[in-house]
Amino acid sequence: MSVVQANSVVMRKLLIFTVVMFGFGFALVPFYEKICEIAGINNLLQADTLTTNTQVDTSRWVTVELDANTRGLPWQFKPLQSSLRVRPGELVQVMYEVRNNSDREVNGQAIPSYSPQLLAKHLKKLECFCFSKQVLKPNETRQMPVQFMIEPGLPIDYDTVTISYTFFELGNNAAIIDNNASRS
Amino acid sequence: MAAVHDHDVGHAHDHHPSGMMRWMMTTNHKDIGSMYLWFSFIMFLTGGVMALTIRAELFQPGIQIVQPEFFNQLTTMHGLVMVFGAIMPAFVGFANWQIPMMIGAPDMAFARMNNWSFWLLPPAALLLTASFFVPGGAPAGGWTIYPPLSVQMGMGMDMAIFALHIMGASSIMGSINIITTILNMRAPGMTLMKMPLFVWTWLITAYLLVMVMPVLAGAVTMLLTDRNFGTNFFNAAGGGDPVMFQHIFWFFGHPEVYIMILPAFGIVSEIIPTFARKPLFGYSSMVYATASIAILSCIVWAHHMFTAGMPVTGQLFFMYATMLIAIPTGVKVFNWTATMWRGSMTFETPMLFAIGFIFLFTVGGFSGVICAIVPIDIQVQDTYYVIAHFHYVLVSGALFGIFGGAYYWLPKWTGHMYDETLGKWHFWLSMFFFNLTFFVQHFLGLAGMPRRIPDYALQFADFNMISSIGAFGFGFTQLLFLYVVLKCIRGGVKAPASPWEGAKTLEWTLPSPAPYHSFETPPVVR
Repeated sequence: MSVVQANSVVMRKLLIFTVVMFGFGFALVPFYEKICEIAGINNLLQADTLTTNTQVDTSRWVTVELDANTRGLPWQFKPLQSSLRVRPGELVQVMYEVRNNSDREVNGQAIPSYSPQLLAKHLKKLECFCFSKQVLKPNETRQMPVQFMIEPGLPIDYDTVTISYTFFELGNNAAIIDNNASRS
Repeated sequence: MAAVHDHDVGHAHDHHPSGMMRWMMTTNHKDIGSMYLWFSFIMFLTGGVMALTIRAELFQPGIQIVQPEFFNQLTTMHGLVMVFGAIMPAFVGFANWQIPMMIGAPDMAFARMNNWSFWLLPPAALLLTASFFVPGGAPAGGWTIYPPLSVQMGMGMDMAIFALHIMGASSIMGSINIITTILNMRAPGMTLMKMPLFVWTWLITAYLLVMVMPVLAGAVTMLLTDRNFGTNFFNAAGGGDPVMFQHIFWFFGHPEVYIMILPAFGIVSEIIPTFARKPLFGYSSMVYATASIAILSCIVWAHHMFTAGMPVTGQLFFMYATMLIAIPTGVKVFNWTATMWRGSMTFETPMLFAIGFIFLFTVGGFSGVICAIVPIDIQVQDTYYVIAHFHYVLVSGALFGIFGGAYYWLPKWTGHMYDETLGKWHFWLSMFFFNLTFFVQHFLGLAGMPRRIPDYALQFADFNMISSIGAFGFGFTQLLFLYVVLKCIRGGVKAPASPWEGAKTLEWTLPSPAPYHSFETPPVVR
């Protein structure tokens, strides 16, 4: 084999390798989602289940502050009560109200955020409007529940926590959220 | 095409376009190497002007010279220009000049493709720097172009993305060329384990490049479609995840930092034995250490993201894997030191830069180990401590390696000796001002000064002023380097074939300056 031939063999192999690695970059996307699913990170659209019976910790109160925001969509969004006191281990339900102020139909998706960050680990949500997209007709008002429990495992020095939701508008990308929701 | 000839002696069937076209059309590895080196020097000055504007703004607390928005553009562009425009092309320039001569090959394997890989760079650089002049300005979210900022920015970001695509294509083509040349075109008798260490480090670097540059291309393509075509890879509102970008980016980004340092390891491994007049201590352990560093570099990326949210097991894995890299790196530092031990050392400029490299790179390596420790990293994340750390490995590491290599091979490239006195001045001034600039930044970082912010609290004022003075000194010192190189090209003492008595590699068997076509009949290595 001449040097020229040998060179083009090496080049072909390296080009194939380059293309494979370009694909690998994109393959990291489903891989990353799978890892998150296995590790239980980031499953924002999935309801938690209570696997064990939990004792209600009657020795302390935790103040839960409720927060609501919208980003780039013509909705009014607020909790019906701004804060409440709960016992760790107690199952509670709160209501949020959302109103579409525009005269068009709007799709929205709520993304939760917790403060302190550690709360994410100790908050179990059985039901939430954030598990699926919300479609509001022109000027429609809707009340939506969140059913949650704060585990007694929450460290004792946290006496106030915040649960916050932000609604984002889903344009023509609603399919992605639906896929996510149906997959999980 | 048999005879070895000088480039101004025409050859019957050899076309030499003159003037500008000579440089546009050339497929000669030496011409292309020179163009790479000049290109990287121009980009080095461009990025340097940005750095000095940053340091001028930080000379005193408060906002004096530039607006915060423009400051952010400067920090971002300084990083992009220095990484992709200055350091990487400089090493490819060395590879072009040296690899064929060091392995006894007549040219690179794909000479025409070599020309393309260079000529992709100037348009990419233009695209990148032109982003300053479009509405919204240049990218301003940091050189790591994290979403959500990079998804929201103006069209300057799209230009930077295309520039990265083009530079990535150029790097991949260059790497394919280098790998093929090294694997197929070595002189008879030169087995892999007889190759000069510079060639070895570049072989490994080139493999890293073809592995991770496509991943970066994928990441920025996803950014581009998120920005313009309604996909939601990183857009949280549409179900995407910005943290995923960080994972994909650093899967490229961490091997990238070794891409920028391994060739410098190679250059230093050529210089030290020459001026210590002893063969390199532990040649094969050097090769294995380089390969281990390259392999480990692929599994440590998330140490850049300890504060981005990660399970503790993940943090521990990435922390220990990162610290493991200190072992092969330590092997290298030990071997360089052992090569100097009881050698007949002389301290010409290349040797000064090589020793400066070992000393300061080790400092940067130690602060790297400190940053690898999760609880400390959480403390120093995004502070000037990190800035100090990576400038110790990239400036006094990669850049000092480049300077050392340039002085070492200038006699071979130009046929003249450089001005030794001025070269030494260049080294000592660089050494002094570099440390003045960056050593104090360790203290700023430990005291909590955040990076990428144009203003700072009053207690940081003194160290910032010292750092800015150092930066201006360092910047102007590099004009001295330009002068030394120009002076060396224009004339000076004639260099013999081997101006360094301790140099043993193949390029020193050629006359100086190296003829336009060399090793058309391969030498035989025993």
